Amino acid sequence: MAISAVSDTTLREAPPPRRHRLLEDERWLAFVLLVPTIVLLGMFIAYPFIRGILLSVTSSRVGMPGDFVGLANFYKIFNDGIFRTSVYNTFLYTGVTTVFKLALGLWLAMLLNRNFRGKAFTRAFILLPFIIPTVLSTFAWKWMFDPTFSVLNWLLYHLGLITGRINWLGDPDLAMISIIIVNIWRGVPFFAISLLAGLQTISPELNEAAAIDGAKPWQRFWHITWPLLLPVTMVVMLFSVIQTFADFQIVYVMTGGGPANATHLFATYAYQIGIGTGLLSEGAAISLAMFPVLFLVVIIQLLYIRRVEVR
Amino acid sequence: MFFYVPMALFLLFLLFPFYWMVITSVRPDGELYRPWNSVNYNPFWTWKPTLDHVRYLFEETLFASWLWNTTFIALASTAISLVCGVFAGYALSRLNFPFAGSLGTGIFITYLVPQTLLFIPLAEIIRNYRLGDTPWSLILTYPTFLIPFCTWLMMGYFKAVPKELEECARIDGASRWQAMLYIVIPVAIPGILSAGIFAFTLSWNEFIYALVFLSSPEQKTVPVGVTSELIRGDVFYWGPLMAGALLGSIPVAIAYSFFVEHYVAGLTGSVKG
Repeated sequence: MAISAVSDTTLREAPPPRRHRLLEDERWLAFVLLVPTIVLLGMFIAYPFIRGILLSVTSSRVGMPGDFVGLANFYKIFNDGIFRTSVYNTFLYTGVTTVFKLALGLWLAMLLNRNFRGKAFTRAFILLPFIIPTVLSTFAWKWMFDPTFSVLNWLLYHLGLITGRINWLGDPDLAMISIIIVNIWRGVPFFAISLLAGLQTISPELNEAAAIDGAKPWQRFWHITWPLLLPVTMVVMLFSVIQTFADFQIVYVMTGGGPANATHLFATYAYQIGIGTGLLSEGAAISLAMFPVLFLVVIIQLLYIRRVEVR
Repeated sequence: MFFYVPMALFLLFLLFPFYWMVITSVRPDGELYRPWNSVNYNPFWTWKPTLDHVRYLFEETLFASWLWNTTFIALASTAISLVCGVFAGYALSRLNFPFAGSLGTGIFITYLVPQTLLFIPLAEIIRNYRLGDTPWSLILTYPTFLIPFCTWLMMGYFKAVPKELEECARIDGASRWQAMLYIVIPVAIPGILSAGIFAFTLSWNEFIYALVFLSSPEQKTVPVGVTSELIRGDVFYWGPLMAGALLGSIPVAIAYSFFVEHYVAGLTGSVKG
């Protein structure tokens, strides 16, 4: 008691410097702590976003400010065959890869959820496709899909599955399949490890109890594991959809949008128009055309997280 | 059977490209460029390993500078993002102030903004600020996708620190600032490590900003340098390319291997919502 009384008086005799008194106020402290974040995000996200919108309604090129042209850029791209193909490709790419990533990721997560020797080791290795720089690992895939030196063709040939060579990246459909495979390869680890974390929070007793009551493995999965895992699944899927929808690296390296502009996504086409040919405002318009879909996904995600938090 | 066979197939699918990267990077050119259907060709092994491709990388290209640039940029942007993310996470999770909720939502939304949405206007802004072709163009823009993630993750860790701990320190005479710095932040160090390692791998991985903002070969990062300098027109130098891919992956793989647990915690924490 005595000690605390003494320290109390010494504190009162020597008031902290003014700066500290200001920081004693929660609101001031919060403000000071948030300033660097707000400045950086404002300068490099909010401001470019507004600039992007302004850019997309002008006729700017590299080194030329351009005039206001209204929605002419948007009108132009919606009548552009390559843009339409890119839109179709982006939806196809996002849809197909998400289904496969979820199915394979869930399967892998359930395999990893058992106890076996070398589990930690396996898990560490499985994440490699996700952590290794995507551009670099995609080059390995490009080399594997090489028209003349493809190891995949060698493998399929020696397994007796093909007789002639497959020109993986030279045919529009096969090129699309190839980039879809690479995206699945890169995304499965993320799904698997996130879903594994979700699986580990489900009490094994639930499954045991259901097994005792005679539920078959499939029923146990469908009525216990899947519903309990759904919140994690939803969030992982929404994250993945955003990333895949806006993907750039895999297509840029694998096909560069080719053959004959058949495999462009929003981002690669925006790059080709905006940076490649220097039509800045048209490129910005193509990028911004992604926004409505991304916005919708973000809204769904926010509502979903709210709902889960309220529960 | 239902366990080992699928598991082995998964591992084969997920790890084969890396094996292929390794074997290609030590293979002599004569063996590399043999058509897939030539006789007596064994693509999976070589008896004449060579370091020629690695030598080519370091002697004929600027690979060493790319490695240094990438490391510097990744470390600097991670440091900036950690400071901002820890501070913002603390404020949003432990302090009461007006608009806290909407600010939190705002930062969460920026977390979901992909780089490909803004790269064209951002390239213009970078040029206007005269940051083009310097490492600062990336050190300042990478935090835009790292800070939201760090903030989000740190909020989770800070929420778990009991309020009493901080109150005790304040009763003993610590200011709010001191209580944050010496009591709350040390408790959240595992979270800071997770956020740091995750941010480091993300910035090492970043491609489109680096591709658009940097132009001179000696300024480039590994992913951009490998993409633009090891391909001449239609000719791919596969040996050096794979060696570059391999060596460019090693720093991030080493960082990852030291902090696997923290990385996984960061990954799962980032999607926990």
